Amino acid sequence: MHALVFIKQVPDASQVRVNYETGTIIREGVPAILNPFEAHAVEEAVRLRSKYGGKVTVLTMGPPQATEALKECLSRGADKAYLLSNRIFAGSDTLATSYALFEGAKKIIELEGEVDLFFAGKQAIDGDTAQTGPGIATRFDIPLVTYLIKLDEVDFEEKRAVATRLTEFGQETLQVPLPAFFTVEETLNELSHSPLPWLIKAARAKFEKLSGENVKLDSEQCGLKHSPTRVKKAFTPEKRQRGETLTGSTEELVFKTSDILMPFLKKDLQHGQND
Amino acid sequence: MGKTIDFTEKELDEISSYKNIWVFIEQTGGVAHPVSFELLTKARELAKQLDCQVGSVAIGRSVSHLADDVFRFGADKFYIVEDEIFKDYRTEPFRDTLSDLVRKFKPEIFLIGATTQGRDLSGTVATELKTGLTADTTKQEIDPETGMLLMTRPTFGGSLMATIICPKHRPQMSTVRPGVFKAIPVEHPEKGEIIRGKTDLTEDKIVKKILKKVVSSEGNINLGFYDVIVAGGKGMGSKDHFNMIKELAELLGGTWAGSRKAVESGYAPQSRQVGQTGQTVHAKLYIACGISGAIQHLVGMQTSAVIISVNTDQNAPIFDVSTYCIVEDAIRFIPKLIGELKKQKLTAVSYEH
Ligand SMILES: Cc1cc2nc3c(=O)[nH]c(=O)nc-3n(C[C@H](O)[C@H](O)[C@H](O)COP(=O)(O)OP(=O)(O)OC[C@H]3O[C@@H](n4cnc5c(N)ncnc54)[C@H](O)[C@@H]3O)c2cc1C
Ligand SMILES: Nc1ncnc2c1ncn2[C@@H]1O[C@H](COP(=O)(O)O)[C@@H](O)[C@H]1O
Repeated sequence: MHALVFIKQVPDASQVRVNYETGTIIREGVPAILNPFEAHAVEEAVRLRSKYGGKVTVLTMGPPQATEALKECLSRGADKAYLLSNRIFAGSDTLATSYALFEGAKKIIELEGEVDLFFAGKQAIDGDTAQTGPGIATRFDIPLVTYLIKLDEVDFEEKRAVATRLTEFGQETLQVPLPAFFTVEETLNELSHSPLPWLIKAARAKFEKLSGENVKLDSEQCGLKHSPTRVKKAFTPEKRQRGETLTGSTEELVFKTSDILMPFLKKDLQHGQND
Repeated sequence: MGKTIDFTEKELDEISSYKNIWVFIEQTGGVAHPVSFELLTKARELAKQLDCQVGSVAIGRSVSHLADDVFRFGADKFYIVEDEIFKDYRTEPFRDTLSDLVRKFKPEIFLIGATTQGRDLSGTVATELKTGLTADTTKQEIDPETGMLLMTRPTFGGSLMATIICPKHRPQMSTVRPGVFKAIPVEHPEKGEIIRGKTDLTEDKIVKKILKKVVSSEGNINLGFYDVIVAGGKGMGSKDHFNMIKELAELLGGTWAGSRKAVESGYAPQSRQVGQTGQTVHAKLYIACGISGAIQHLVGMQTSAVIISVNTDQNAPIFDVSTYCIVEDAIRFIPKLIGELKKQKLTAVSYEH
């Protein structure tokens, strides 16, 4: 079994604050973390390995600092971590990102052998686009299973998997041939604690580097210049003003609130009578 | 900001061959997702500015019966591909069929609902077409100068808004969350044109098979439908206390919802979560009880007309977006309010008789 997990390092969105005066994001002091969904993707891949043998490879495209996130994946049990880094990637939108990761993944297949299962997070918490995974799957032209909540069955002899995903109305269980691409939900599994040897290994680990030097890249498909979408402007959302603070005893507050709600109550009554 | 973009002659030619606005009509088992009509309404408004037509497209086993509704909400044309292989949604056959239609009919703008299905589909179609896709937009406008679509979306968990353009690639694609726009039928709908396509895909060419579908009734509440929403947070303290949230919602003819922490604590199902990773609502009245008002929650509800918040902490950020701020213990306050409202209701009914 060979699983390849696409992982991203992101600023912890819950700690990001905005400066309403300048209309910018305050990034200082905001820790960079492994995108939460990917921890579950690595966990799933590592569980498969403990059952079937084989290996788990992780890949990220990003600046050299992104090795921190790779390290976390190694401590969660991944075997090998690749960093795809190059100036020309700067400003990539999702189409350019999925192109770069596709080329990076092809190189990994060349170096490490065929991949049976590709994993990505459902979405990255900084951009929330949820497009990169579907983009890579389309480029490989392999079946895509988004919102994965359970890998019911993986059969390496028959080269197929049975997987359950969330839908708008509930769940569905699919059978797909391998290789296949999965984007995962947090509910896929519970994260386990890393055993000490993995932590030690991660601390000492070296990272495999991929760049324009060892990966064949079409510069016409990379980076800001070749991204179809552009950010025209960024701004802070309009701030609503704090309204009236109701004052008085609890009883008075109840009366005041019920007065405010009267129009809604009346409307509901009219509804009821028209039915 | 507003950097000029230089086009080559070829690029301009290519771009000007794309016209009209398309909306993907999402359906499951022949029932259209409401977001489809919300997008048609928006598309009509944009089409007026661009002086072009609104096209709609549906793929399924049987979708022709949706035509009346599709025209009622303003489509000029309805492209239909019907076949048994489209009985259930599967990414690959839908992706290939939709991409083919776009290549053939060249819409300039293509809007898709940011539902589970829409998000699954749009990323693959955009990659197939090698065009840009802006996910989860909350605002769509036409730039009066360039005629380009300005797509605005929250990023960084809603802390920042970004306006995205797709200058040199067509179609300009984006997904839009359900509930962001209101569906308004056309006053005098006209019968549009139906264009039928065929597929040469056959079941033996589709490698993905659906083995089982589980429909959970809790999974499909569309909070965007409701004018009144009463939402509870972690501060409600227990699942039992959520009964008062439900009761108040019912009394006001609305529905109930929760914050993510309420969902995580098991007080409410995920399908009722409001916010960045839940649903977006634009209610006439939103009552937030025991919700702190984290930015990820605010992005899902702060465009509601009237917001009333009940929180013990007078500095809770939810108050910064509230029309009325009530610094009280919700667990004690809400039952009293319900009691008073019931009394009022009784008098109102007897008065009207
Ligand atoms: C990537 C990401 C996505 C997210 N998406 C969402 C999302 O879609 N929706 C969402 O809601 N959150 C989301 N969150 C979580 C969000 O950051 C907050 O953690 C969450 O909204 C907090 O929920 P809460 O207000 O119920 O709980 P808390 O923040 O714990 O607030 C509880 C509040 O209740 C008040 N309180 C306590 N007791 C009482 C009482 N008796 N009466 C009245 N008030 C009381 C407290 O003063 C406090 O203000 C997301 C976070 C991340 C990182
Ligand atoms: N730069 C990147 N490097 C590796 N994986 C990525 C990168 N960007 C996105 N991904 C993967 O794609 C998923 C969805 O990202 P997004 O489309 O940005 O929401 C993430 O959860 C990652 O698994």
